[in-house]
Amino acid sequence: MNDLEKNKKYNAYVEAKIPKTRAFPSLFNSFWVGGLICLLGQGINDGLLAIFPNMAEQTAWGYTLIVLIFLASFLTGLGVYDRIGRFAGGGSIVPITGFSNSITSPALDFHSEGIIYGLCVKMFSIAGPVIVVGIISSILVGLIYLII
Amino acid sequence: MTKNLKNPQTVEFKNRPKIIGNYAIVGPKEGAGNFGEYFDYVMKSDLFGEKTYEKAERKMVEHALVGAIDCAMLTPRDVSLLLAGDLLNQIISSSYAARSFDMPYLGLFGACSTMAESLAIGASLVDGGYFKNVACSTVSHFSTAERQFRFPLELGNQRPPTSQWTATAAGCSILSLQGKGPCITKATFGKVTDFGIKDVNNMGAAMAPAIDIIGLCGMILPRISNTKI
Repeated sequence: MNDLEKNKKYNAYVEAKIPKTRAFPSLFNSFWVGGLICLLGQGINDGLLAIFPNMAEQTAWGYTLIVLIFLASFLTGLGVYDRIGRFAGGGSIVPITGFSNSITSPALDFHSEGIIYGLCVKMFSIAGPVIVVGIISSILVGLIYLII
Repeated sequence: MTKNLKNPQTVEFKNRPKIIGNYAIVGPKEGAGNFGEYFDYVMKSDLFGEKTYEKAERKMVEHALVGAIDCAMLTPRDVSLLLAGDLLNQIISSSYAARSFDMPYLGLFGACSTMAESLAIGASLVDGGYFKNVACSTVSHFSTAERQFRFPLELGNQRPPTSQWTATAAGCSILSLQGKGPCITKATFGKVTDFGIKDVNNMGAAMAPAIDIIGLCGMILPRISNTKI
């Protein structure tokens, strides 16, 4: 038996043995927590529009995002957001709060290495790829739009 | 030291180096586990009174080394060599800890097998008569390892059921030919074994075939002929 075959066999064995994450509970938790975050966002949006009736709807969206980002960042600093994330998975990663958490958490960790070389350098270590993919796909979509 | 001819990877120690002193310090999570009562010191906080986890890790090595030297009823001057390692870049925790002691130092990196590696090398050096008292140490810290190899601590990601938890712990043993304690009779030096596991969250499966390396620890422990300590 050559090495490649042996590795394949071992990998198949490991695959058969490892405990799997149960799909239903994790999907259910991520669904309701994610929904709750969205509900909170809608609540903030409606609240803003109720307090400032003259505000344009698009301006209110911006402020809603700012409030959500602040809340997630604040909860990360308090050490609460990672617990929510462990429980809810995608439900707390996909909304903008997850993005905020992914920037705040390395900033917290690498703060000890200095403001410039620690915090500023490592801040986007998790969110960076998301931004790169976002920009590249926006360029591609823009090009397609131009051609059509 | 004679080579065991049956297995060229295994060495037999003729003079039987003894573990004359040892010390283990662990984090709160490890202290709360099943073996909690067996550790010499359980830290109240992961930071161990320091500002960063890296500094805490360094302090843990120093603490373990001093503890083991005390346990062996020696002074730091009596230790002729320090063998130590950890998981961080440039084995920095051990190297900085060695800075505060006036003793020759060899940095080791064997990841999970560093403790067994240091004992095997230490036993070889003591058995050969090159060094009198050798301190063998290793350290790891969950928070520093997590930051270096995986994700930031506060990131809200999920851990798969197979993911491991790096121990927050430091240990140190003093080897010598004189004195009382369990002795090391043989050591097997392992080869790197890779079965092609690519999942970073399943270190257990990646390490399981490396029985040659991790087995080292198992080889030494059952063969310790326990004398009165």
